[in-house]
Amino acid sequence: MELFLNIFIGGLLIGGIYSLVSMGLSLQYGVAKVFNIAHGEFLMFGAFITYWLQSLGINPLIPILVVAPIMFIVGFILYRTVFTGIRVRSPNPGVFESNGMLAAFGLYFIVQNIAVLIWGSTPQSYSYLNTTISIGPSDFHVNRIVAAAFAIVIGVLFYLFLANTRAGKAIRAAAQDQATAGLMGVDINYMLALCFGFGAAMAAIAGSLISICYPIYTTMGLGYTVIATVVITLGGLGSIPGSFIGGFILGIIGTGVAYWQPGLSVAAYYIIFIILLLVRPKGIMGR
Amino acid sequence: MNLSKINWKQLGINAGIPLVILIALILLPNYGWDYGVTLFSQFVVYIILTVSWVMFSGTTGYISLATAAFYGIGIYAAALFYPATGTILPLIVIVIIGAAVSFILAFIVGAITLRLRGIYFAMFTFGLVLLMYQVINYVETSIIGQRGRLVALESNEAVFYYLLGICVITLLVAYLIRKSKYGLALQSIGENEEAATHTGVNVTMVKILVFAISAAFMGAVGVITATKTTYVDAGTAFNPMISFSPALMAIFGGMGNIWGPAIGAVIFTYIQEILQTGSLKNYYMLIFGAILVATIMYLPNGLMGLIQNLWKRIKGAKSAPTRG
Repeated sequence: MELFLNIFIGGLLIGGIYSLVSMGLSLQYGVAKVFNIAHGEFLMFGAFITYWLQSLGINPLIPILVVAPIMFIVGFILYRTVFTGIRVRSPNPGVFESNGMLAAFGLYFIVQNIAVLIWGSTPQSYSYLNTTISIGPSDFHVNRIVAAAFAIVIGVLFYLFLANTRAGKAIRAAAQDQATAGLMGVDINYMLALCFGFGAAMAAIAGSLISICYPIYTTMGLGYTVIATVVITLGGLGSIPGSFIGGFILGIIGTGVAYWQPGLSVAAYYIIFIILLLVRPKGIMGR
Repeated sequence: MNLSKINWKQLGINAGIPLVILIALILLPNYGWDYGVTLFSQFVVYIILTVSWVMFSGTTGYISLATAAFYGIGIYAAALFYPATGTILPLIVIVIIGAAVSFILAFIVGAITLRLRGIYFAMFTFGLVLLMYQVINYVETSIIGQRGRLVALESNEAVFYYLLGICVITLLVAYLIRKSKYGLALQSIGENEEAATHTGVNVTMVKILVFAISAAFMGAVGVITATKTTYVDAGTAFNPMISFSPALMAIFGGMGNIWGPAIGAVIFTYIQEILQTGSLKNYYMLIFGAILVATIMYLPNGLMGLIQNLWKRIKGAKSAPTRG
């Protein structure tokens, strides 16, 4: 029982970060229709910029305010330059999806190798709030609780933005049907670029939070992209609440598997992915 | 067949040039150019991978990123049955085993995923490579207690001839599929899957079968390359780069005909050979990514499409029909 509680709380803590990463990918793939393999690389850049800023003596929570806007702008420009060009030239949405994915693979190689050239490939870590407090029967690191809290707050804020603002409504419309949303007067190219930018910013924030709790390395990105892929399939493509909840579910499952057999976590995610595709390909919140 | 209807000039170009290239390649080990044999072996490996990738993904538009999984199966087939400590089976039998296991795995994967949308297929196949890596790594390190295995070494010439043989079969099969009714079925799937279903094509069956055939060649290549590298572990066998390279080479070369992918494969393998040593490796990956993005943005029909366009323009045609 105690073990289950441990896994449950530990899963919820890491799940907050998974949620944030997955919401970002959900925006990029669910709305902007780019299956962005390079998503995890934005995360890695966020983590390393945070690492670099904190080594200058800045509190590691403050760089979130820096990396989020930077990565938002990078994502926005990338979509406007690379992906809009591909979208315009593709004869149908299916071709855009596959070409967009391959272009994202190209970005993945570019970004990752730039990072390796700058920061090398050795793991880095620093210590922040590295004390423990007791929740129920066992101890948890304060920095993980802080990270999870930040992730949840940002996730909820973004959901409120989607639910209550005009831009949020436009994004939700574009998620349902791009062409019709365009006909209803939504500036679709701008909105999709906005989504892509938001996605990149969320990945960067998640990266910042990860660097507080865990060692970071330049090849860490792909693992998080894989997790986010499973989560958005679990939650339903384009469904932001689905990704939010799915992140926690996967966090708990992942923590459980890692406790039992750490070498097989990707295998567990993959089996979940297969079962989902076979049983319910539209996910728990999909329509 | 009515002989007078055959366009002899066309036939001569279509069959003659490949035949000349083939004969030149068969004689290659006699020139005493040792590096040439290794280099051309590398070319042939990627030609096989790229042409078999295009066989399925190029025509249907379903992007498969499982090349490394099937290639790795071939490598492990060699590691199991052709170890350095004493070979168990003759190499040609292992090639067939590698091909057969890849065929079966691809058939199963295809049956699970090819009913779904293309993007799920891409994710699923990419995940397959990561899964195979992790499972084999786990079995090797935690259960058997070793990191890698040693495979019996084959001479460069033997490797080269095996690869050349597989390459010829791959090209022939790719050509025959393209010319057969299955080729037409695949093309119609790529252009409009729903319409293909309505014209009476058994869409799922054709997709699964061709995917499995293309996987068999990837498995066969893996067996032979394992005897060249001799040291094998999960990391080298299931390297995701092996999945991306054929896709990039095919897109760069152009998938409109059978030669585009082969040319793309040769060009990229050569760049890789020059750059992928020592400290330049990261730059190679960087250039690889940049060319991938640039090709998709500016060369959607690849090098062959570009050449065709230019040729049509030189000849003065008003429009240049190319297939994407």
